[in-house]
This record gives sequence, structure tokens and C-alpha cells, in this order.
Amino acid sequence: MTEDLDTLRDHLLGAIPAADSAEALEALRVEALGKQGSITQALKTLGKMTPEQRQSEGPRINGLREAVATAIATRKAALDRAALDARLASETRDMTLPADAPIAGTVHPVSQVMDELAEIFADLGFAVATGPEIEDDWHNFTALNIPETHPARAMHDTFYFPDGAAGTGEAPRMLLRTHTSPVQIRTMLDQPPPIRIIAPGRTYRSDSDATHTPMFHQVEGLVIDKGITLGHLKWTLETFLKAFFERDDIVLRLRPSYFPFTEPSAEVDVGYTIEKGKRVIGGSGGGWMEVLGSGMVHPKVIAACGLDPAVWQGFAFGCGIDRLAMLKYGMDDLRAFFDGDIRWLKHYGFSSLDVPTLSGGVGA
Amino acid sequence: MKFTLGWLKNHLATDASLDAILDGLTRIGLEVEGVHNPGEALAAFRVARVLSAERHPQADKLQVLSVDAGDGPMQVVCGAPNARAGLVGVFGAPGAYVPGLDVTLKVAAIRGVESNGMMCSARELQIGEGHDGIIELPDDAPVGTSYSDYAGLNDPVIDVSITPNRQDCMGVHGIARDLAAAGLGTLIAPEVPAVAGEGPGPDVRIEDAAGCPAFFAQAVSGLTNGEAPEWMRQRLTAIGQKPISTLVDITNYMTVDLGRPLHVYDTAKLSGGLVARRARAGETVEALNGKSYTLAEGMTVIADDVAVHDIGGIMGGAHSGVSETTRDVIIECAYFAPEAIARAGQALSLTSEARQRFERGVDPAFLDDGLAIATFLVLHYCGGTASGVTRAGSPPTTMTTIRYAPSLAETLGGLAVPAERQRAILESLGFTVTDDWQVTPPTWRRDVDGAADLVEEVIRIEGIDKVATVPLPRAPGVARPTATAEQLLERRVRRAAAARGLDEAVTWSFLGAAQAAAFGGGAWTLANPISEDLKVMRPSLLPGLLSAAERNLKRGLSAVRLFEIGRRYLKDDKGASDERMTLGLVLAGNRRERGWREGKAAAFDAYDAKAEALALLAAAGAPVDNLQVMGEAGEAWHPGQSGTLRLGPKTVLARFGMLHPALLKAIDLDGAVAAVELYLDALPAKRGTRNFMRPAFAPPALQSVRRDFAFLVPETLSADALVRAVRGADKAAIVGARVFDVFTGAGVEAGHKSVAIEVTLQPSDKSFTDEMLKGIADKVVAAAAKQGAVLRG
Repeated sequence: MTEDLDTLRDHLLGAIPAADSAEALEALRVEALGKQGSITQALKTLGKMTPEQRQSEGPRINGLREAVATAIATRKAALDRAALDARLASETRDMTLPADAPIAGTVHPVSQVMDELAEIFADLGFAVATGPEIEDDWHNFTALNIPETHPARAMHDTFYFPDGAAGTGEAPRMLLRTHTSPVQIRTMLDQPPPIRIIAPGRTYRSDSDATHTPMFHQVEGLVIDKGITLGHLKWTLETFLKAFFERDDIVLRLRPSYFPFTEPSAEVDVGYTIEKGKRVIGGSGGGWMEVLGSGMVHPKVIAACGLDPAVWQGFAFGCGIDRLAMLKYGMDDLRAFFDGDIRWLKHYGFSSLDVPTLSGGVGA
Repeated sequence: MKFTLGWLKNHLATDASLDAILDGLTRIGLEVEGVHNPGEALAAFRVARVLSAERHPQADKLQVLSVDAGDGPMQVVCGAPNARAGLVGVFGAPGAYVPGLDVTLKVAAIRGVESNGMMCSARELQIGEGHDGIIELPDDAPVGTSYSDYAGLNDPVIDVSITPNRQDCMGVHGIARDLAAAGLGTLIAPEVPAVAGEGPGPDVRIEDAAGCPAFFAQAVSGLTNGEAPEWMRQRLTAIGQKPISTLVDITNYMTVDLGRPLHVYDTAKLSGGLVARRARAGETVEALNGKSYTLAEGMTVIADDVAVHDIGGIMGGAHSGVSETTRDVIIECAYFAPEAIARAGQALSLTSEARQRFERGVDPAFLDDGLAIATFLVLHYCGGTASGVTRAGSPPTTMTTIRYAPSLAETLGGLAVPAERQRAILESLGFTVTDDWQVTPPTWRRDVDGAADLVEEVIRIEGIDKVATVPLPRAPGVARPTATAEQLLERRVRRAAAARGLDEAVTWSFLGAAQAAAFGGGAWTLANPISEDLKVMRPSLLPGLLSAAERNLKRGLSAVRLFEIGRRYLKDDKGASDERMTLGLVLAGNRRERGWREGKAAAFDAYDAKAEALALLAAAGAPVDNLQVMGEAGEAWHPGQSGTLRLGPKTVLARFGMLHPALLKAIDLDGAVAAVELYLDALPAKRGTRNFMRPAFAPPALQSVRRDFAFLVPETLSADALVRAVRGADKAAIVGARVFDVFTGAGVEAGHKSVAIEVTLQPSDKSFTDEMLKGIADKVVAAAAKQGAVLRG
């Protein structure tokens, strides 16, 4: 018996690691541990043994069963691993083949700059206001101290709609707003001061050449409060431009000018330097570029909105958004803004993730 | 407004350099647009004498000259017929650039004879038209000196932009006054000569006192209208005006010099006296610019007994214009009402130097002096004798006095300027200031009518650069959100669209009439469009996007995903503008390019449009689960592959689908285009205050169960109707129903389709038993049956 077990051990523990397939291993398992298997049979002999014999043979037979079971498990794992390796080897693919191209859209520079403006001015306490683009004569001109015969109307190449109400003269003359300034009027009429707003949007003039398009974008700024002076205007514009261009070396030059709705009025130039043949905002070594029109809101405008100009005063400014975008991001042709050329949009547009924030910087 | 430095110095005694003057002009609000010295281009040309002239040995028409330009004799070959010994002319040495020929001279052999430069004609130097021969200068012209110095061409031309409020600076004298006030010199008062006229003045009178309050005139007879003096022609030429004749040049000169437009009539061409009256409707006049104008009733004109001779204050008529044969003239110096001039000028679309000044308002106190200066110049340069002066009407010279407080410079202008300094500034600009600060503007400053204007005068002369920056007061704490719900919505939808792969475009707000008509027509059509293509305010964003898509496809792009957020322009019941925030998007070309994984390219279809519409509506916060898909997208759309997404049966939130092929053909766009128009204005507003707290998280305790049902249904039954019926079969248990297969063809009878639906069942407190599941399934089948669906075996 003892010798048989030793022979059996040598046979099984020799054959199991040598089994070369799952089937051969299974055959060995059945041969040893199956119902009729040699070890199973050997275990059955224990019952007929004397207690002494059982004492010595039991551990031997059980020890053999465990050794065989372990050897089978070990061999099975090895065979499984080899089979997996073989399968994976057969699954090799060319990882240099292209993946699906990502589809990325863009945000138009005008929208992006509008978001930037909203972010900067929100920090200064300015809300964003809007108004209609199809305006009446009164909001676009008259209330802004531009009477019908004022020479300043010649400065605005206005798009008009035909006289309304069959020429009864009762309906106001409608037009496409030539600037965002009518939003000043609507805001002052709608809400009590103090007021701090910016009003970005589309504006229209019948002008078309390399630097003018019949439609363009402006942003208006308006502050109405007590004790506001030209000094506040200067600070606001300087602070805004420094934040917008994210440069501390922004230099402003105010030039006395004329707008019917502000008094005193000033045009604002910003200094630039020439870097690699391009104008870059900042410093003033290269010259001056006009970027803004501004001034203290005309007392007549304040009065036209039902406020007392002896109590309330403030400033207003207006600025081309397309132009701001061009100065910051380097486009040189205004007409391309409105062409919808996808190549241009991909080049100058912004990722949806480029949300302007003060903590991350408003530029992208 | 252009003038030369020399011209300015007639009115301003100054030692200031050109740069100082240019800086000063911009600083006080007279923006310098450019400066140009015509003499610089001719710096290399010198006055030279021809010492000898001999025939060229090889050419009949050429001569070999010996020329002295100050450095001794030089040999020059010349073809000019007037070249001769003794002539003093203008010489360009090798290296000089000849602007009229666009060549730089060099030593050259001409027919075998060396030539060391060139004697020039006026046209070659671009200083005149003469090209019959070389320039001939007076015998005493100093040989060797710079020609531009000798000829006075070294006089920089300054171009300033004059804002519409400053009529006084539409004359050189007014600019000098501003510069003097800014400390850049001393103003020289214009010399007003005394003209002794004889006899009665010309017969002029006023009928339209509102349009022409004052009409002063003086006649000059027996004059000769030749060429204006050299200095006058030179100055007019320098600022880009063409010298015409002495009389015309005098009026043009005075317009620029003193901002005083005049008109001169040839008396011989007039019938009877002149009257300033209102035009009768339909009257016509041929103006001096050669164009004929039909006048509207009420425009102010100057007419004689027969015809209109002047569109008052805008442009004279050709018939009574002066010529070289003119002997007798009437000089008009009038005051026209600015508002009338502006209206007439706008109506006629006619601009002129005179209109620019009259509509801003010329100095009403300068009629007598202006007329005297004009008559003096005419007598001086044309001869003749002057009549007396007729003064019809009187100009409005009364100015309103303004109460001013010097503290305003600081409280409005942000700059503390001592009161006495303010007084000095205002007085130097011609204002009268009383001890108690009652300020009266000068007659040439009718733009000034309030205290704020005076602040501007003080600040601009004192220096706007001296205004210190003052921070705006800041609310304590972190800046509060300012964006409105609409603005947040617009931002979210924009960035959602870009994140989904769409490129944002900005297209014109106006369209061609046909483009607008295809989308229901526009409510607003411009009276004066820039072109027929940009005429009607868009009723939809899609036409503009389609045009952009078409251009992109023509450029060879294979896929176009474009969107725009903007307004469409409608009209409300009262005829007022109704502008509605809208998102449009177009998908054209390939949704998927061909590739090694998926094979052939796939074009966009209506379901791509639907996916975008739903995704963007979801981003906008719309209740997408409650939306109904309905038809009636409109005529612009493919009738079988388009739809509307509605909140309730009436509120259309979006249109989507394929566009109508006929529409695409009309704009020359090949292939199919999927599109969406999303009406941001129709979205339900968010109610309530901002509340960040969310409901507690309560996932179901038991797992959900899925069961599949395949139905045979009539082909016309919409999937949506079937799914809704199934979902409604057991509202407690069924939490989801989704179509996962649609099949027609083999095994499905004609006129029918097979629709397979996966139903999700959610047990509440205890698991479903087999009987419960059977019961639910029966209800599903029964509900579907009501829609005409039969469970497939």
C-alpha cells in the first residue's frame, strides 16, 4: 500500500505539470480525483482500516490529495494564462491607425469679447443692459440731443425704414440704431439712479469698405450718480482697458472732441508699440490708436430722461467691440467677422471651455 | 479742413515749432489727421541757369546744355523747345526723384552724349499742368538755391478734423484763435479795409426771413476776371483746391481763411433784382458742379425775376456763375439759417464747403466785415468800381448769457482750475465774463449754450491730460452677479452649441427679399438699403447661415456645422419692433467622414438636427421630457422630414429637420441640409428665487426590470404615439419606454411596420411576482392595441 501511494504520487505529480492542454489536465484530474479516481479509491480504503492503520495512512492519502489538487490548480492557471497570452497575441492591432477625429466647435470672437466685457464690468458693479436694434428717431437721436437738422446726423449714415402709418406723421420714424447710445436713454427712463450699465450689441450704418461694415458691434457704458466727474471716467476706462488687455502698461490719451450727448466730450486713444511689425496695445512708443468715444452725459440728455441734471450727473462711453477684438487678438479684416468662413472661425474662435473669469483671466 | 503753416501764421504770431503746433491742435480738440510738406519731395531740385545751348550732334530735337546750378557748368541733354542760353529754370541732379515721371535721375548717355541731370517742366515736378517746355523763372531767381524754398513750396499742409460743433474752426482764423488761447502764439486780428463804394447798392431783398435772415450785397462793375495772384493760387492748390479764376478763388479763399462763404453773380446774366425766397415745388437749378437739382418746396433759394441762381448757402447756379468775360458782379454775403441748410442739403444729398459752414452756423456778426474784405480783394485784383452796400434783413447776433460757477470745472470736469485762469481762458476764446460769472459766448460760438460747454472750454484749453483719475466708488464685498436670466440663457446655449462641435457665426441682420420670403417674409424693409441683398430684416436666422454654409461648401469643406444666436425681427400688433432671441443652426455635408472603422461617409439627416435641438433645449433648461414632437414646421422645410418641438400644442420651442430641396436649389446649394431654429424667447421663464438646495437623494430600493415588446403597427402610426400609449399603460410601474428597433420588409405585411419597445418597470416596496409582470404586460398590449398595434408572436 505504501509503495502504491508513492508510485501514484510520483506518477501524478510528474504528469500534472507536464499536461499540455486543458483536456489532458482534466483527464488527469478525473484519473486521480474523479469518482473512480485512484486517490478517491484510496480514500475509500480508510474505512476498512484499523484505527492504527488509519492513523498513519489517513494523513498520507489526504496529503497526496491536497498535493495533487494544488498541482492541478497551478497547472490550470498556467495553461489558462498561456491560452490568454496566445489569444491576446492573435488580437494585436495597428495602434497607429487614426482614432475618430474630435469634433470641436467654436465661440465667435465677438461673443467671447462680449463675455469678457461683462465679466470685467461686473466687477466694477456694471450690469448688462439691452435695447431694440430697430429704434425710433427719438431714442436714437432726439433724446440724445441730436435734433433733426443737427450736423451730427450727417456723421451717422443711418438706415431708415419707410415712414410708418401711411405718412400720417403720428408714428415715429423708425431706423436701425446707429449706436448703442439709445440704451442709455431706455435705461435712464426705466430705472432710477444710481445707474451703472454696459450695453453691448449690434449697430448699423450704411457704410461699407475695408474698415467699415453696414453692421457692427458696439458697447455702451453709462454711469449716473451724484458727484461723478471726468476723473471717474478716466479711471474707469483705464481700469477697463488694463483688465481687457491684461497689461499694466496701458497708456491712455484723452482728446477733447464732440458728441452731442456728452459735454465735455473726449475721444480716447490708447498707446501702442510695434512688435514684430504688428501693432501691440501697451506702452506708447509706436503711436496712438483711437478706441473710444466718451464724455460727461449732457445735461439735456439727463433732463430728457426725466432726471434733474443739477442732482444727477455721470459719464458715458462707446466702443467698437469688433475693433476691441481685432486689437486684442490680431484680426486685420473686419469683413471676415461676418462671413461665416469656418476656417476663420476655427482660427480666431474660442473653445467652449474658454469662459472668461476674473480668477483665470478674461483673455484666451 | 486743410491749411498750410504759412497760412496759419498770417493769423497767428508764433515762434512755436511745427511739432508743437500739431501737438497743440490735437490737445485742444482739433485732431490732426495728417501733415504733408510738398516741398520735401522737391528738396533735390535747384534753381539753375542755362549757360549755353547747342544742337545735339546726333539728334535734331535735342540740345546739349551747359547748366549752372551753383556748382559750375554741367552738361545736360534737353529736348525742351524753349531751352536756350540765359534761361533760368529748375534743375534736378543725378539722384533726384522726379515725381511726375516716377524715375530717379542718373548719369546717362543720350544718343552718345553724357547727360548729368535734367531741366524740368511743371508737370514733371507735379506743381502744375505745363509741359510745353521747361519751367522758366524770372531772370533774377537766385541760381543754386532750393527751388521749393524759392517757390514757397516748403510750407507744410496740415489737415485737421473739425467736429460738427466748431464752425469757427472751419476757417484758419478760428484755428489760430484756439491755438492762441492754448498759449501757442498771439492772434492777429484780420485787417478790415475801408471800401469806398459809390451809389446805391444792388437790388436784393428777403422774402424768406426764416431761411435767410440777412442778405448783404455789394456790386463791382468794370472788372477783369483773370488769373488769381500766385500766392492765392499756391495756397488753394496746396490744400487741394483747383484755382479757377480770381473771383471764384477769392470766394474759395475767404471760405477757408475766415470761414466766410460768399457767392458772386455775373450781373449780366441776371434779370432784375435778387430775392431770397422759398423754392416752389419742382423748380430746378443747374448747380456749379454741373448737376441739375429739382428743389422741394420751402428750400431757401436766391432767385431773380426769371430763375433760381443759388441753392441758398449750399451751391451757386451755373447760369449766373462768373467767367473770364464777366465785367460786372454782385457779391453776396448772407446768413442762412443752419437748420434750413441742413434739411435742404440732406434732402438734395449735396455737400459743399459752403454748406458745411452754413449748417454749423457762420459768425452772424461778420457779414459787414466779410463783405468789405471780399470787395477789397475783388477791387484789388480785378479792378473796377464798387457800389454801396445793400443790407437786407439782419443776422441773429444776440447770444444767450450763461450762469457759470467756476467750481464746475472740478465737480464736473474733475480738474480744479483757479477761477482767474478760467476767466482768462474764456476771454482768450472771445467769451465775455462778468464779475459775477455771467458768461456770454462770442457770436461765432453758437454751439455753446450751457455751463457744461464752458467746462469743456476750460478743460480742453487747460489740458484734459491734467485731469487725475479717480476710482469709482466700490460696493463693499465681492462683486455681485449682474447677468439677467436671458443673458445667462444665451451664454449657456452658446457654449453648449460650441461644445457639441458647432462653429458660431455672426451673419447680417438683413437679407434679400427672396431669402426673407422663403421664411415667411420680413416685417421690416429698409428704405435706403446698401444693396438689394441687405434689405429686409431677417425673419429667421437660417437664410444667413445657409449662405455661409454654401460659401464654405464652395470652398471645399466637406462638413459644415454652423450656428448663430441673434435676433429675428418681427412686428407687434401696434407696429412696434418685436425682436426675438433665436438660435439657428445648419448641418451640411458629412456628419461622419469615411473612415477605416465605419466605412462610407454619412450625411447629416433630420435626426441629427433633432438631437441638436433637444440637446440645446436641455442646456437651456427646457423641460425636454414634456415636449411634443409635432409637424407643421413650415414651407421652408422638407414636408416629410421636419417637425416642431412644442411645449403644449401652441408654444413652438423649435423647428428642426431637413430643409426643402427647392429652397436649397434657389441659393445654389448642392446636397441636403439639416437645420434647427430654436426660439429662446419662447422658453418658459424660471420661476422663484435662486435656491441652491436640491431635493434629497432617494434611489429606489429594488432593481428595475426590463421587458421587450414587438408590435406590428400601421405604417402611419408615429413611434411617439405608441411609446406614449405604452408608458401610460401602468403609470405606477412603468418608468421608461424606448424604441429600439423599427423594421419593414420581409415578414411584415405591406402598410405596416414592426416597432420594438423596451419597457422599464420599477418595483416600489416589493419585487414583482410573475402574475404582476403578466398583468403589466397585458396592460401594455391592451394600451398598444388601442393605437392599432398587435403584439408580434
